[in-house]
Amino acid sequence: MIVNQFLVLGALLFSIGVYGVLVRRNAVLVLLSIELMLAAVNINLVAFGAFVDDAAAAGQVFALFVITVAAAEVGIGLAIVVLIFRNRSSANVDELDLMKW
Amino acid sequence: MTPLLHLFALASEGGEHGLDVVTDPGGFAGLLASWAWLIPVVPLVATFAIVLVGKRLPWKGWELAEGSIAFVAVYAVALLIANWQAPMAVEHHVTLSRIDSLPGLGDLVLEWGWVVDGLSIMMFTVVGVVGFFVFTYAKGYMEGDVRFTFFFASFSLFAGGMLVLVAAPNLIQLIVGWELVGVASYLLIGHWWEDHDNNAAAIKAFITNKVADVGLFVGVIILGITVGSFRISDVLDAVAHGDSAVAQVAFWAGLALFIGAMGKSAQMPFHVWLPDAMAGPTPVSSLMHAATMVTAGVYLVGRMFPLYQTPGMADDVKIIIVLVGGATLLLTGLIALVQDDIKKVLAYSTLSQLGYMTAAMGAGAYTAGLFHLFTHAFFKGLLFLAAGSVIHGVHSNDMSDMGGLRRFMPSTYRTFVIGSLALAGIFPLAGFWSKDEILASLSHDAGAGGGAAATLVLWLAILGAFVTAFYMARAVYLTFFGEYKGEGHPHESPRVMTWPLWGLAGLAVVAGFVNMPGLTSSFTDWLASRVHVMGDHHATALNWGLAVLGTAMALGGIAAGTRLFHRDAATQQERDRLRIPVLYPLLEQKYYFDHLYMNGVVGPIKGPIARFVVWTNQVVLDGVVHAFGAAARLASRFVYGWADQRGIDLAINAAAAGTGEAGSVVRRAQTGKVQQYAGALFAGAVLLVVGFLIFG
Repeated sequence: MIVNQFLVLGALLFSIGVYGVLVRRNAVLVLLSIELMLAAVNINLVAFGAFVDDAAAAGQVFALFVITVAAAEVGIGLAIVVLIFRNRSSANVDELDLMKW
Repeated sequence: MTPLLHLFALASEGGEHGLDVVTDPGGFAGLLASWAWLIPVVPLVATFAIVLVGKRLPWKGWELAEGSIAFVAVYAVALLIANWQAPMAVEHHVTLSRIDSLPGLGDLVLEWGWVVDGLSIMMFTVVGVVGFFVFTYAKGYMEGDVRFTFFFASFSLFAGGMLVLVAAPNLIQLIVGWELVGVASYLLIGHWWEDHDNNAAAIKAFITNKVADVGLFVGVIILGITVGSFRISDVLDAVAHGDSAVAQVAFWAGLALFIGAMGKSAQMPFHVWLPDAMAGPTPVSSLMHAATMVTAGVYLVGRMFPLYQTPGMADDVKIIIVLVGGATLLLTGLIALVQDDIKKVLAYSTLSQLGYMTAAMGAGAYTAGLFHLFTHAFFKGLLFLAAGSVIHGVHSNDMSDMGGLRRFMPSTYRTFVIGSLALAGIFPLAGFWSKDEILASLSHDAGAGGGAAATLVLWLAILGAFVTAFYMARAVYLTFFGEYKGEGHPHESPRVMTWPLWGLAGLAVVAGFVNMPGLTSSFTDWLASRVHVMGDHHATALNWGLAVLGTAMALGGIAAGTRLFHRDAATQQERDRLRIPVLYPLLEQKYYFDHLYMNGVVGPIKGPIARFVVWTNQVVLDGVVHAFGAAARLASRFVYGWADQRGIDLAINAAAAGTGEAGSVVRRAQTGKVQQYAGALFAGAVLLVVGFLIFG
């Protein structure tokens, strides 16, 4: 079995996610891009899990954990975005420069 | 307090302290003697206790003072009885500290101790018994005083200091007691310090004594270095053995000690402080004149008596002593004739009587001198207390404000008359026996080697008997006879003040009976119980001629007083009666001694010397101080301008500016844009990965 095509897919997805995080202005889209990166990691995990033929299926189990954490993370992240939007009428991350000197 | 506790431990353990028992009576008497250290210590402890807790006690500390002096009185009388039954002479020494190899002195040992022999027991008794009556009386006299508690603290210190002095078996402790008495007298004379005159009197007493104390110190140092020990018994041992080194210095040492004694016992020319010391409350005068302070000088001569009596030692000093005593007894007695202040009459009378004691000492009559000290303590204590009672009733010291008081103050009147008769030497009161013994001793000395000086002083003393009776008669008539001339209504004093009068009056009557020539010799025996033989002369039979002559002089004095002051007592123009040209102003100005001292001693000190000191202070000392100040300012200007402003500040400012510059550069990285941070993060991650791939 060849694992390369899954790894190429994961790398592509991860790179698209990094691009989205760094470039998109909308906070919701930044969060979505993070989800893309996590999805790329999951693909890697599952691919390696199948590749090494682990009896305990550790790759799949880790992928499930990552999904769970990603759900929690996006829940908190969206809540923060909603609160920021209510306060500032904008979800644009360029305008969130309170930590400037 | 630590040395006291130390003492206590030593005394109760017994044995550890150096015990020099000479005639140990053993049994209960021995026990009394070995615990006699309590006599000086208890009043001193009472002093501190009064200061600490006196104000919270129901009688404001008086009870502590009274309790301590009552303890002393009872203890002293017990010792007196024990000594009466079996003569004792016991010394105890406790080493406090020692300084080895002092240059010129060898090993200096500082000791505390107590000597219990006939002489010290007699003094303990006088201080305790007279003190007990005076302390009791003082409660009434000082009632309502602003510093009631402090007064009794000082009073206890006064008695305690005297007891330290009397108990001293070494000369260092004697000086300690001597100075305690001095400082307590300063506090007490200046008790009412709100009045400037009282301050001046206190300072005068202190300084006069201090001048004379130089003599004491010199004498003590000479003896201590020559003998190599400050123990009095060692000194007297050396004297008894005819030590040639001691014999060489004995004259000057004896003279120096006597100068110290002249200060405390107020002999001419150091007498000027005593009349002024009347500024203190009357109980102070009473204790000072009777028991505690002025007796110290006579006691010192008595304690060191073998030094003066042994041929080849300081026996040449005796002629000085007898002449000083003789001059004092007559000259000060005459001043008493012109005083208006009743306490000053008594003060000059004390000076005169101290002259008698000193003259007796100088005539080699140890017993006679101390016997007069003993009887005088009772009747002079009484006279002062009675005078205080009068002052308390009349609110004035001046006899020109008194008169006719015998109707208002019967107890005071009767006891004052008893005291006056005792002082005048009327048979059979105490003063008769002691004064007669002094006259007899002087007469004996005049025939036995005293020579012309003793003969002269004998006649002065006989004349003094007339003067004594004269001024006392005058005081009695002016105070108690005629019409009352003061303001308000005089009243008898409360009983707490009158019963000490009667107690002392009783003693003034009977005190002489312990030493009637040919009949009783108890007092002579008491005083003879000492380690070192006195070799003094004391009469074994009454010298009838002198006794009759002395009594005749006293009666003559009373008659003269009656003639001059009684008949006119209603008007009492006494000042005119005694206004004899030359003599009267001389007496009223007290022989110009005060002028002499003020203009001759104090004036120059206050004038040129004080100016010199001021000049020294203003020019020299201040110059030094100013120079230091200017130098410090120059130095600080350099330090400020160069080191601080240009050195330290520069470095600090540079460091601060550098930090600021660096901050303003680095802070540009802090953009606040999340995505730039994230980009940096990813770039870093990529760099790390690339690094691992290349170098890993």
